Amino acid sequence: MDVASAFAAAFQLVLGLDPRFLQIVGLSLSVTLTAVVLAALIGLPLGAWLALARFPGRAALIVLINGLMGLPPVVAGLMVFLLLSRSGPLGDWGLLFTPSAMVAAQMLLVLPIIVALTRSTVEELWTEYREHFRSIGLTGLRAVPSLLWDGRFALATGLLAGFGRASAEVGAVLIVGGNIAGYTRTMTTSIALETSKGDLPLALGLGLVLIALTLAINAAAYGASRVGARFAG
Amino acid sequence: MRPPATILPLRVRGLSFAAGGRTLLEDVSFTLPRGGITAIIGPNGAGKSLTLRLCHGLLAPLSGTVEWCGDGGRIGGTSRHAMVFQRPVMLRRSARANLAHAIASVIGRDVAARTQAALERFGLEALADRPARLLSGGEQQRLAIARAWALEPEVLFLDEPSSHLDPGATRQIEQIMTQLAQEGLTMLMTTHDFQQARRLAGRVLFLNKGRLVEDADTARFFGAPATEEARAFIAGELLW
Amino acid sequence: MTTRREMLGLAASLALALGGLAQAGAAIAQAPRFITVSSTTSTTDSGLFEHLLPLFKAKTGIEVRVVSQGTGQALDTGRRGDADVVFVHARAQERAFVADGFGVARKPVMYNDFVLIGPKSDPAGIKGGTDILAGLKAVQAKAAPFVSRGDKSGTHAAELNLWQAAGIAIAQAKGPWYREIGQGMGAALNTAGAMGAYVLSDRATWISFKNRGDLAIMVEGDARLFNQYGVILVNPARHPHVKQADGQAFIDWLVSPEGQKAIADYRIEGQQLFFPNAAEPGA
Repeated sequence: MDVASAFAAAFQLVLGLDPRFLQIVGLSLSVTLTAVVLAALIGLPLGAWLALARFPGRAALIVLINGLMGLPPVVAGLMVFLLLSRSGPLGDWGLLFTPSAMVAAQMLLVLPIIVALTRSTVEELWTEYREHFRSIGLTGLRAVPSLLWDGRFALATGLLAGFGRASAEVGAVLIVGGNIAGYTRTMTTSIALETSKGDLPLALGLGLVLIALTLAINAAAYGASRVGARFAG
Repeated sequence: MRPPATILPLRVRGLSFAAGGRTLLEDVSFTLPRGGITAIIGPNGAGKSLTLRLCHGLLAPLSGTVEWCGDGGRIGGTSRHAMVFQRPVMLRRSARANLAHAIASVIGRDVAARTQAALERFGLEALADRPARLLSGGEQQRLAIARAWALEPEVLFLDEPSSHLDPGATRQIEQIMTQLAQEGLTMLMTTHDFQQARRLAGRVLFLNKGRLVEDADTARFFGAPATEEARAFIAGELLW
Repeated sequence: MTTRREMLGLAASLALALGGLAQAGAAIAQAPRFITVSSTTSTTDSGLFEHLLPLFKAKTGIEVRVVSQGTGQALDTGRRGDADVVFVHARAQERAFVADGFGVARKPVMYNDFVLIGPKSDPAGIKGGTDILAGLKAVQAKAAPFVSRGDKSGTHAAELNLWQAAGIAIAQAKGPWYREIGQGMGAALNTAGAMGAYVLSDRATWISFKNRGDLAIMVEGDARLFNQYGVILVNPARHPHVKQADGQAFIDWLVSPEGQKAIADYRIEGQQLFFPNAAEPGA
């Protein structure tokens, strides 16, 4: 196998606009985007609360969440699998081997990243803004929207890191999604499948497309954050 | 019952504060009537900034009281005293958005119009859409004063408003303060520069080691200090 | 109190979020008539399902979602009730699955055969043989590298049976030359290719496998290499949510003349991969 045939396979995939390939790319993106957005909806307020609140056990909770950033994807997948299996506590929902299960697994991977980053970003801003905010009567949770907004560029980087972790991941989505053709087959599980079928050029071609997509998203975000950094100072 | 139309005078009674087992402020009492600039002066560690923070309600005293004529310095639920910090706290937004944020937080209506008025009043229109954190030190302090002014306070606290500025920017800030005083705004400022107090203030509160040593007219204080400590401070013999 | 800009920013993120939710919702809501089949890596990796499922869907409108795992894992998936139908190749395990009440009935569908693959350099000197037991004995005697699936799959079970039949207690006899990788057929072939090792593979996966490199068939044609596939409906009495009617429809179609012909028609490079034998008694 040579690299040229991998690039040829990649170009064929992209230029051929094979509907099955487009479906796989679309599913990968929508699953990961949904997971990141849902994790952000939970993680941003939770991280901000953790930054401002003082309660016994807070330090332990922060250590726990920081540790969970390194949660092995396979373990996250296994946890979701055991929950959603027909023999598990949420089996009646019938969600195993569906895109929703993949969203849940990826959320579990992304959430700690978002919470931890939000916590440190908001805490830093709060240290700087505290007296002014208290002066204008923004105390406690009322300060959260302003803090999140002022941390928007750092937080966007965090969301991007989460997006990267989720979209590059294969173990968890394979376990809970089942790699069902046309239904739960993502870019990464396709790569694993084509590798096991010995079609290494196609696997690498898919990999190149995935890398290109990730690069494009990162480039866009980097550009946006450059503009933002110039603006926010 | 109609709410009182003013929060002044401010009555400070027996104010004390301690942190880490050290007494930082002890039994400070004074009254702040309407109008004019009052300067709290004294060497470093005298408790100047601390007194401002206690008056503004950022800290709670160990003992003693800060009494406004009205509910905690509010009228109709809106705080009528504002503060400008030594290092201006600039949000990561444009100058305009910094004004709008504070106005929306405290007053909550006519935000755009009030923002525009503040920009015009302090000559900030040209800087309005620049990121606040990229403005010069003098511009930032001017924006911070505009932001506090836009909250329509009766009393403005200023903590060392020009200590980190160059002489030109310092002069500009002092001009603004003089104008605001002429417009009837009551100001309580701290400064370690007694020449500045002499230029701006009609009245001086001289603090040393957490105690209020003298409370006097500026002219009288500098002309004939009543205490040996004040005399030493003016002569430059007290360490800052 | 927050400024209009914050409100706009937060509203925008909320809109994004709702968009994402709607998408996830759509993925759930669009769920058509479908059944879930847990099957083996060989049926998927060989491309058989890609050939069969569109035909079945065109006829019945039922979408078949295939989760491919090793036979042992596929049966476990059925045991937990996470599939409606299991389609595997390990007769003894399949019969136990039905006997334990997890499945309704087992129906034979098709067979292919196993082949012993090895490097062209053939350190065990068995190339061209037709006696699998002799071949395995030679591999063990020479301590030639051998890759075992080690994943409780049907192929793994078949391999263990063959060692036993050859009179080799592999659990004791195995040394550094015997490498259990715990992965699917394709991964085992990739590994064998990289290490110059022998490996037992089903013929279908071997024919469709593209990364052969230095590998070739060493031993084939032994009756003991016969590999029977069976299909079982997961017992609705045990798992009430099992889609009995649609699952049974899939099974009935597989063993019908039409389904059997579709299986026989599947070829790669002119070679037939699976041989339908639903009508053969005792298969």
